[in-house]
Amino acid sequence: MVNYLLRRILIIPVMLLMISLITLGVMHISPGDPAALRYGLNPEVSATALDRMRELYGLDQPFLTQYRGWLIRVVSLDLGNSFIDDRPVQTIILERLPATLLLNILSLALIFAVAIPIGVVSAWRRGSFFDRSAGLLVFIGYSTPTFWLALLLIMFFGVRLGWFPISGMRPWYVQFMPPAAQLRDLASRLVLPVFATAFGGLAGLSRYARSSVLEVLRQDYVRAARAKGLTEKRVVWKHAVKNALLPVVTIMGLTLPSLIGGSVIFETIFSWPGMGRLGYNAIMNYDYPVVMGVGVLSAFLTLVGILISDLAYAWIDPRIRYR
Amino acid sequence: MENLLEVKGLEVSFPSPAGDFKPVAGVDFVLEPGRTLGLVGESGCGKTLTALSILRLLPPPGKITAGKINLQGVDLVTLPEKEMVKIRGAKVAMIFQEPMTSLNPVFTIGNQVTEAIRAHQRISRAAARRRAVELLRAVNIPRAEERLGDYPHQFSGGMRQRVMLAMAISCRPLVLIADEPTTALDVTVQAQIMGLLKRLREELAMSLLLVTHDLGIVAQATDRVAVMYLGRIVETCPTPLIFQSPAHPYTRGLLRSVPRLGQRIRRLQAIEGVVPESSLRPRGCSFHPRCELADERCREAEPVLETVGDSHLAACHKAPPPAGKTDG
Repeated sequence: MVNYLLRRILIIPVMLLMISLITLGVMHISPGDPAALRYGLNPEVSATALDRMRELYGLDQPFLTQYRGWLIRVVSLDLGNSFIDDRPVQTIILERLPATLLLNILSLALIFAVAIPIGVVSAWRRGSFFDRSAGLLVFIGYSTPTFWLALLLIMFFGVRLGWFPISGMRPWYVQFMPPAAQLRDLASRLVLPVFATAFGGLAGLSRYARSSVLEVLRQDYVRAARAKGLTEKRVVWKHAVKNALLPVVTIMGLTLPSLIGGSVIFETIFSWPGMGRLGYNAIMNYDYPVVMGVGVLSAFLTLVGILISDLAYAWIDPRIRYR
Repeated sequence: MENLLEVKGLEVSFPSPAGDFKPVAGVDFVLEPGRTLGLVGESGCGKTLTALSILRLLPPPGKITAGKINLQGVDLVTLPEKEMVKIRGAKVAMIFQEPMTSLNPVFTIGNQVTEAIRAHQRISRAAARRRAVELLRAVNIPRAEERLGDYPHQFSGGMRQRVMLAMAISCRPLVLIADEPTTALDVTVQAQIMGLLKRLREELAMSLLLVTHDLGIVAQATDRVAVMYLGRIVETCPTPLIFQSPAHPYTRGLLRSVPRLGQRIRRLQAIEGVVPESSLRPRGCSFHPRCELADERCREAEPVLETVGDSHLAACHKAPPPAGKTDG
């Protein structure tokens, strides 16, 4: 077990190295560069000036030299400064990360809290009215474009009913409110984005949980548990669910990248100041240091997330734990 | 003697678009207190489904469509599920063919044994744990106390079957159903488990319904035997009689197919033909296409279980009539 853990941890730096190399590589082969983007169409700026600017940012150097420079700085925990406003990349990311984490953790929690019970009950009462209506709902959920759903939610609950604010996370005026009111304001701003982001995942995971439970309910040990005289409730919620959750935990590991990476679409629709928009804007602006920073951090947290979900898997399944 | 468990005209069907499929088509047998009944037959003859019917644990969409299962005068077929839960594991317990997969892999043995105890007895966790240790000792699991914390994958097949057995006897059931309890095990382990079953049956004065296809086990461990073919009992009698004077041609075929030690044979004797699909049950006697004695009557009329000797019944037109009675 320790050996396995060690191997899994040691592979993380290697993966990061490769991911960062690819990220920078993709940025490089995409047409254009920061200097050209900013001044390329300006007739007042001469070619010499553009070259001077490239020199300033170190863009004139060979690709691998640039990568090495970046790598040396990163090892000393310096992600560099943004090309756009010259602020440290760390500072920029730390401003944005909490917003994304807050939104995505809540949305993930909602997905799991709702989808698993739905899946379990659907499997347990297969073919019942509940199962069939859940199936229909899931079908609708799966095939609804979520950006469109988000817009509908804004129109209905935000504009027509006026129940929730339609965008933003922390408007300037909340700083003048008492803490409790600030919290209430934030909560009301979270409702629509959390629901919109959770909706698609809800559909997928509940179906997944359903098929997983159905599979387990066919196992010999479930029949044996029934033969012991356990109530159906206990058979399902104890014996079936724990086994059925094993594959679901793996799914959780796979949702972690989006947890940290944030969603460009939802953050744009709801004007949410998160990582998704940060990364997107950085790419559009050829802001290499920010792109690299966001990329590497997302990759790192994702790898850690997958490691955690593997450990969770082992923790639930004794057969893996002892191997 | 008074019957503890009485199965009468039991029918199990699986609905299907092409018509109902009836793997158990009218099974009758009785289980006397403290006795062992062997339910014998080839794979697919419905013996496991018959056993599962008693606990009402048929795999869906299987259903009991006719018949009665009386346990101490209570019909289990019509019992509400809420009451049935109190029967399973308490009055009627069962162990299965597959010890490797019959324990839940993610819970400890201790957890699963105490769960069986606490399903029917109102006792504290600590008391249930002590009882679990006793039970594991009773089924000869060494270092019982330490092994409570182990998971099923840390046990061998034979040990897992012992754990299943410990759970099955935890509430001192009246009836223990053992569905091919040793089929998946090594021969030496088989003998140990059969010995254990026999000893526990005596100690706890249980009745045992032993489902098997192994005639050796029938000879060793049962008092009475019922032979099944295509979802019906074709012959039933005290165990010794089945070896001395089998009345049904199918039973005789089964016995002939057992290889004997010391007998030089080139080929194993088999019953000609294959078991037909239960959905294509032959008219008349269901065994007639494979029976060497079959005649016109066998192809037309279905034989019923009739007395052919002292507590010996067979469903065959060609069975010898009981002694002192002429053909009528």
